Amino acid sequence: MNHSNSSAAATASGSADAANLRRNSRRPKYSKFTQQELPACKPILTPKWVISVFTIVGVIFIPIGVASLLASRDVVEVVDRYDSACLPANVSHKDDKVAYITDRDTDKSCTRTVKITKDMNQPIYVYYQLDNFYQNHRRYVKSRNDQQLRDKNEANETSNCDPEKTTADGKPIVPCGLIAWSLFNDTYSFSRDGKNITVNRKHISWKSDRDHKFGSDVYPKNFQNGTLIGGGKLDSNLPLSEQEDLIVWMRTAALPTFRKLWGKIEVDLKENDTITINLENNYNTYSFSGKKKLVLSTASWLGGKNDFLGLAYLSIGGFCFVLALLFTLLYLIKPRKLGDPSYLSWNRNPAGQ
Amino acid sequence: MKRFVYINDDSYQDVYRDNRISNTKYTLLNFLPKNLWEQFGRFMNQYFLLIACLQLWSLITPVNPASTWGPLIFIFAVSATKEAWDDYNRYVSDRQANCKDVWVVKNGVRRNIQAQDIRVGNIVWLRENEEVPCDLVVIGTSDPQGICNVETTALDGETDLKTRVVPPTCAGLDSEQLCKIKGVIECPNPDKDIRRFDANMRLFPPFIDNDTCPLSINNTLLQSCYLRNTEWACGVAVYTGNETKLGMSRGIPEPKLTAVDAIIDKLTGAIFLFQISVVVVLGFAGNIWKDTESRKQWYIAYADEDPWYEFMIIPLRFELLCSIMIPISIKVSLDFVKSLYAKFIDWDEEMFDQETNTPSHAANTAISEDLGQVEYILTDKTGTLTENKMIFRRCCINGIFYGNESGDALKDTQLLNAVTSNESSVIRFLLIMTLCNTVVPVESQTGGITYKSQSQDEDALVNAAACLHMVLVSKKGSIVGINFNGQRMLYEILDILEFTSDRKRMSVVVKDCQTGGILLLTKGADETIFPCSYRGQQIRVYVDVVEQYAQLGLRTLCLGWRELREDEYLKWSKLFKEASSSLIDREWKVADVCQRLERDLEILGITAIEDRLQSGVPKTIETLRRSGINFWMLTGDKQSTAIQIALLCNFICSEPKGQLLHINGNTEDEVGRSLERVLLTMKITSSEPKDLAFVVDGWALEIILTHYKEAFTELAVVSRTAICCRVTPSQKAQLVQLLKSCDYRTLAIGDGGNDVRMIQQADIGVGISGREGLQAARAADYSIGKFRFLKRLILVHGRYSYNRTSFLSQYSFYKSLLICFIQILFSFLSGIAGTSLFNSVSLMAYNVFYTSIPVLTSVLDKDLSEKTVMQNPQILIYCQAGRLLNPSTFAGWFGRSLYHALVVFLITIHAYANEKSEMEELSMVALSGAIWLQAFVVTLEMNSFTFVQVLAIWGNFLAFYAINFIISSIPSAGMYTIMFRLSRDPAYWITMLLITGVGMGPILALKYFRYTYHPSAINILQKAERSRGPIYTLANLESQLRPMEKDATQLAINSPQTWNPVYEPLLSDSPSATRRSSLPSAFDIFHSAQSRLSSSHPRNIKDN
Repeated sequence: MNHSNSSAAATASGSADAANLRRNSRRPKYSKFTQQELPACKPILTPKWVISVFTIVGVIFIPIGVASLLASRDVVEVVDRYDSACLPANVSHKDDKVAYITDRDTDKSCTRTVKITKDMNQPIYVYYQLDNFYQNHRRYVKSRNDQQLRDKNEANETSNCDPEKTTADGKPIVPCGLIAWSLFNDTYSFSRDGKNITVNRKHISWKSDRDHKFGSDVYPKNFQNGTLIGGGKLDSNLPLSEQEDLIVWMRTAALPTFRKLWGKIEVDLKENDTITINLENNYNTYSFSGKKKLVLSTASWLGGKNDFLGLAYLSIGGFCFVLALLFTLLYLIKPRKLGDPSYLSWNRNPAGQ
Repeated sequence: MKRFVYINDDSYQDVYRDNRISNTKYTLLNFLPKNLWEQFGRFMNQYFLLIACLQLWSLITPVNPASTWGPLIFIFAVSATKEAWDDYNRYVSDRQANCKDVWVVKNGVRRNIQAQDIRVGNIVWLRENEEVPCDLVVIGTSDPQGICNVETTALDGETDLKTRVVPPTCAGLDSEQLCKIKGVIECPNPDKDIRRFDANMRLFPPFIDNDTCPLSINNTLLQSCYLRNTEWACGVAVYTGNETKLGMSRGIPEPKLTAVDAIIDKLTGAIFLFQISVVVVLGFAGNIWKDTESRKQWYIAYADEDPWYEFMIIPLRFELLCSIMIPISIKVSLDFVKSLYAKFIDWDEEMFDQETNTPSHAANTAISEDLGQVEYILTDKTGTLTENKMIFRRCCINGIFYGNESGDALKDTQLLNAVTSNESSVIRFLLIMTLCNTVVPVESQTGGITYKSQSQDEDALVNAAACLHMVLVSKKGSIVGINFNGQRMLYEILDILEFTSDRKRMSVVVKDCQTGGILLLTKGADETIFPCSYRGQQIRVYVDVVEQYAQLGLRTLCLGWRELREDEYLKWSKLFKEASSSLIDREWKVADVCQRLERDLEILGITAIEDRLQSGVPKTIETLRRSGINFWMLTGDKQSTAIQIALLCNFICSEPKGQLLHINGNTEDEVGRSLERVLLTMKITSSEPKDLAFVVDGWALEIILTHYKEAFTELAVVSRTAICCRVTPSQKAQLVQLLKSCDYRTLAIGDGGNDVRMIQQADIGVGISGREGLQAARAADYSIGKFRFLKRLILVHGRYSYNRTSFLSQYSFYKSLLICFIQILFSFLSGIAGTSLFNSVSLMAYNVFYTSIPVLTSVLDKDLSEKTVMQNPQILIYCQAGRLLNPSTFAGWFGRSLYHALVVFLITIHAYANEKSEMEELSMVALSGAIWLQAFVVTLEMNSFTFVQVLAIWGNFLAFYAINFIISSIPSAGMYTIMFRLSRDPAYWITMLLITGVGMGPILALKYFRYTYHPSAINILQKAERSRGPIYTLANLESQLRPMEKDATQLAINSPQTWNPVYEPLLSDSPSATRRSSLPSAFDIFHSAQSRLSSSHPRNIKDN
């Protein structure tokens, strides 16, 4: 009976061996992490909790919605679409429109009048809006070279700029690429009652762009010299950092309908003021049936006129209230005991398993 | 094929390789190509490589190639580094072994050389406690009898010392002579069988004669064994380097793939197809849009002449844009969490076996999820369910029972009296107990005698005999000394007819040194001994005895003997020698020869040995059976013992609750009829709440597996419990294979060498590091100290692992799809040209950091506490039936990602319209929206929050802003100032809040609705656990039973199930509906027996 003897001996001398055993023990070291026993909070979706979450969300969302909507409503916006109105009366077919706009010799000036619907306090932002214009197209959005724009020594760096890299004789274009090449070039001037309104065209671009992205010693070179003329030209005596229209244009828009800042009017406009706009309709949107609009708008803390956020907040807030109410009603009509084990299938069928 | 080893002759040494061991997979030169080749063997990696290569074409790449190359290289570098590190460690350990100093005789001179320079044919000298450097044939030891002891733990895991002997031709040579010995050993080519070495040795003159001498495994010292209790030993190197038995049997086991992995692979495939179709559709649409619209847009300046590949450009761009649909991070994340699951098993204190000082260990870190999906457990009996602590309890000698009253034969005065009165049959009985074994007595310094044996039964018998005053004192060579009642007796062992699992008996031929008589002493299983008894022997009584003992769960051995005539023995001995030195079919030939001697036995009696159940076994089996796992017991033991043990440990129920069906018969027809009858009974009674089980023995099983496989498969499917007795290791493996072929997840658990094949065959192999050695534990994926830990391994570790991986993998797809859908939606607003909304940095960081880190903390998530799971093991059905990860839950996540992509995109483009629609800003708004949603989705889907989770989720959220603030302050970055501008803009924060509200509101509402009015069992238990605390038992639950079904189904119909993005379709809460309808359970009352028969393939139902 060797075995029973030895095991009996082991238990008898257990205490003596205890110290020894502890030293040799391969017992895993205890820690809350290794035993998966870290203290944990285990929330569950109780009716009380869920209903109050929805109520609180409703309570928060509706005021925000109201505030956003009010902000949006405070903004005064005057929009004037001029792309078709500024065509001569005899031009109606699309090909004629394109021929008209691409003819460099025709005078394309045009006069529009808009009525201010509400008092507008300065600053009033002047935007141009293009529709159906894909600045985000894969071919277009990549067709630029930031290094070249920043550094005058990198003028030869025209990679990515296809197909507007170099002139026909191989000289690098500065700024290269489709974006710069297609620079928007309609111009506007405003007058009220025959008096000119000055439009501040300084500082319409991002300061960071002027300081860091566009070099103050980089000058346009070989720009728009090719056979194919795209959009506007640049003053080759001004450094890129001062070509603010270009800087604004080069901030590509992510959506096919976009507005870009053209200038700021720094006087207040009164309700029923009639503003005369003298514009030069140079930019070709006719070939792809794009619209051109001129927008005068004030701004609120939330930005321009945009009811979306306000309406969305109000409806979501309302929806949350409805849900909270619904759940409360459900809870009252069909109360469910929390965690009633009798719902367990194997308890419903005790004979099973 | 043979090899000839010329002893001590250097002229032949170049034929075979040297002893340099190399376990390394790579060399310095081939590491990079070989490793890359292996890594690119996997589909996922090929896919990522293709994408990364396509991105090098700047015309089509939407983002910087670095966004794919970065993570790809990172992932490859991680795997390669891991491999390299492992390989380096192998190299270091190889070098240690190779550079060890050994004493070797070369050209007759003893020299000290490095182990790697040993050549085949060299004589290697070993001292006590030295490791054997290569496979040797022993030719000399310090022991005058030519015996040495080795420890073979490293080779086969068995901790007992084994005896190795010098072959007779070399016996008695002194060390001088050994240095000069010459000869040839004829041995088979290297193989991996560590139990067989069929060779011959012939020594050249002047040494003895040129007679061939047979060699067996008993004459070898194998590589990695240790020499023990022997001053020195020397041997001839026969196999060296990687050609040793150990080297040949080493091998990298096939990697096991879990069910979860298989589903993830399938889902990946599905996503890939989806991606291809998106690419085709969008590519087509893009080309049309290009031709109709883009050409009019002069500023895009399409050339008039297209290159030939122009039509491919837009589809390829979309392919690259959509490539993120398949998350590159999923592999790394899964590897990480899986290794943590394994660590949790290693670390688990509750699975530490105090008694044997063994912690649990997960050798295979990749298959923890499968533990939660186990459907069949195939268990060994001895050592697995029982303690394998053999104690001699009763015996029956010559028809007289001993130990029946007291339960302990050793205290039975009647037996003690019989011993003192020298009753001849009792003496002979004790003699067999003492002599017929391979036990080695070891005299300790204090004078006491301990026994070393390979079999627990033999140990018990020898110890019992010692208590009955028949003490085995010494074994010196073939002379055995016995001390009986103070009287010294010597016996010479002439031959040992070894035990094999086929023969199921062993015999020794001994010569009584006093009288000179030759005796054959046999012990073995009753069914192999009874046929060998002499004509006229009354075996009837013994059959009853065996039956009676087996009823008590005792292991029986039948002892018999016969006196041999000298001439008979000599004649037989010649045959035996011939058979044992044959090189071909030696085992079979030996068995045949043994059979000729083992006849006309006089049966002396039966011994009964008790093997106690391990603690906690009945409870464990009961719990696991309640969790829906089916148990099969596969044992080598006899039927009645097996049934008895099965009853004891809740394996089967006694009548009337349970019924046991026997499949038996000796011929093909009988077995076939029996099988059919059982099958029919099973089907008919399956509607009754009765536990049915079938019993089959090894013989019938053999017939069934060859002739009636189909019918048996059917039976296996309908039967929850089975007992297979008298099965061989290969039958065990066949049964596992059979269940696997029916698509069941099988777990095999065992402790001994005979379970190894079954363990390797099963989806999950669990080894119990028990008394039969560590063999099973080494072959297994998991090793545990006690059977009862299996409960925790499956219900806690397996279940959590499955739940966590389900969430992690689906979430990984969700977040990748989310960002991809946003890109696709954006393409509709960018002329279907494949513009990426997000910049390269954001895309890369999104996949690698922002979304990967929070979800990794799901390794700490617990839906239910361990206690609740243990109390309600039925909850495991959710894992078994794969309800948390299947195509429909995945569809839920897919829908959620689509919904969230729409929310993020639509809100972003409306809130940031007109003058705000600047590309970089809009992209950052959309990205932040996605990140906000991520944080809330993880929060909502996590069940428990430790500080780690809170830190990871919200820390990551803050890190997102921190990283973007940093990038926004680099002037050369495209995102320069963007984050600063946005954070100053109240509209940004309002937009974020809106995205979160719209994105999470409906999901929270639906989740709550399901949670409250159509809860899954998990939800109910969660609520129960948290509202009431964990203190409730199933008993008080059952008292509250009342029919709630109607209520529940009504709500189920009302609940909007088809469009719900969080819908996790649980087909039904009844386990039988998702399991197999053919399961005999009470749920099936409503089904007709007919329908059950028609749906014999269960997986169809399960996979729905």
